[in-house]
Amino acid sequence: MSKQYIAKSIEKMPTSGIRKFFDVVSTMEGVISLGVGEPDFETPWHVREEAITSIEKGKTAYTSNQGMVPLRQAIADYLYEKYDIKYDAEKEVLITVGASEGIDLALRAICEIGDEVLVVEPSYVSYKPCVVMAGGVPIPLTTKEENDFRLTVSDIEEKITDKTKAIILPYPNNPTGAIMEKKDLEAISDIIIKNDLVVISDEIYGELTYGRKHVSIASLPGMHERTIVLNGFSKAFAMTGWRLGYAAAPKPFIKQMTKIHQYIIMCAPTMSQYAGLEALTSEEREEDIDIMREAYDERRRVMVDGFRNMGLSCFEPMGAFYVFPCIKSTGLTSEEFCERLLYEENVAVVPGTAFGECGEGFIRCSYAYSIESIKGALERIEKFVKRIKNENN
Amino acid sequence: MREEILSLLEKNSEMSAESIAETLGVSAEAVAAEIKKMEEEKVICGYSAIVNWDKTERRYVTALIEVRVTPQRGDGFDRIADRILRFPEVKAVYLMSGGFDLTVIVEGKDIKEVAFFVSDKLSTINAVIGTATHFVLKNYKDHGVVMGQNLKSDERMIVSP
Repeated sequence: MSKQYIAKSIEKMPTSGIRKFFDVVSTMEGVISLGVGEPDFETPWHVREEAITSIEKGKTAYTSNQGMVPLRQAIADYLYEKYDIKYDAEKEVLITVGASEGIDLALRAICEIGDEVLVVEPSYVSYKPCVVMAGGVPIPLTTKEENDFRLTVSDIEEKITDKTKAIILPYPNNPTGAIMEKKDLEAISDIIIKNDLVVISDEIYGELTYGRKHVSIASLPGMHERTIVLNGFSKAFAMTGWRLGYAAAPKPFIKQMTKIHQYIIMCAPTMSQYAGLEALTSEEREEDIDIMREAYDERRRVMVDGFRNMGLSCFEPMGAFYVFPCIKSTGLTSEEFCERLLYEENVAVVPGTAFGECGEGFIRCSYAYSIESIKGALERIEKFVKRIKNENN
Repeated sequence: MREEILSLLEKNSEMSAESIAETLGVSAEAVAAEIKKMEEEKVICGYSAIVNWDKTERRYVTALIEVRVTPQRGDGFDRIADRILRFPEVKAVYLMSGGFDLTVIVEGKDIKEVAFFVSDKLSTINAVIGTATHFVLKNYKDHGVVMGQNLKSDERMIVSP
């Protein structure tokens, strides 16, 4: 091919570290995996039934670009009830194809070429590439284990320049399981306001916190007008495959995001929207969530204890469904650790480096698995860690 | 803690005090003590395996018998229920609302044996004024466990972001 068919900017973009690892894993058999980033529950039956009914009734046409009005209203009510943030369902809520689309829309709506976007790391794999594709420049903000992977004012201060436009705030965090409590958010809100930054707050794990409730940064004084809240149904209601999320933000943001959304997507899948409406408005909503949250919480303790008992330092996650133990004491890099663990003990976990360079020395283990699988995996990991430590001595 | 322990044991009565403790984030001693107390108080009345007898050689039939009885002065249904539950064939007895009074679950090695139980033991009790026997043809789900179904495999991708 003499002509460069592929855009250089896309060609240059690295493949997700997860993808690379997946390619290795999928060649193997009998693997116990702790690598999955989605719930092990099925979508509650009444939610699935509602989607089936909508199909039976022939509700298979497009909805309005922004999404069905009753669903937008249900989302506005839900956000107000849960996080004390008010949005006008008419103008300030947009239904997206997963929160993932929301990330893309938000960044495209706000980024001028060369704008810098602060990206908390370690974090979900999509943020940086989406910033690049939107023409922005991603600037990593490293969070540290000694700060419980929370973001501090000094982390931000060091990286702010006159080109800084926005900050992506991914809490509760995938992969660390860290949360930002109200006091932590208050601490960073001054510097955000002072530098007039837009906040893209990815709160997809908002329902999955343990011991304390999630606080949305949009509920803090001076933050509502500059914050785009992204959320969705995947994690709270075990609906990953439905691809249903939403963005809530002041009118000027939603107006422009809707414009992009209408050209590239048209509307989120109609049957998914009916399912989402049922998930949010059903009397069983809180019970649906509680059942899953309690199960995750039980497993969370088993995981943390398991890693600590094998002599690895393991930050206690307060949200999401991941633990992020430190494996530096084994002398291996994250990738070496994961590859050897896979080949030698048939256990798949994800190298921390998939979530940013600062994830080096850590591994992400999901506890969206049955207690039995978790215990089985922990036993194998323990055996592996012991062997490595013996080799080192 | 009591209810949390019970709901774990109800799902898996084999779960050790250690793993319950780990799951709930409390000490194993406290869990063991609580379980012992509940056994003494008969909150926990026993532990049993859920068996799919269809997968064994054993010949058996299960019947659900609707029983109508005359309640007795002073004791209501309790005395008659107490008589019925003493038969070793009887696996369960429930007092019901609606068109009849007691549900009696009976097991026998064949239909004849159950029929014999109904005609010779159950119907002959004075207070019993009528019975209707329904035989179980297939057990799909018992004690919350789906029978004869292979464990659903994890259909998620092995690794995902």
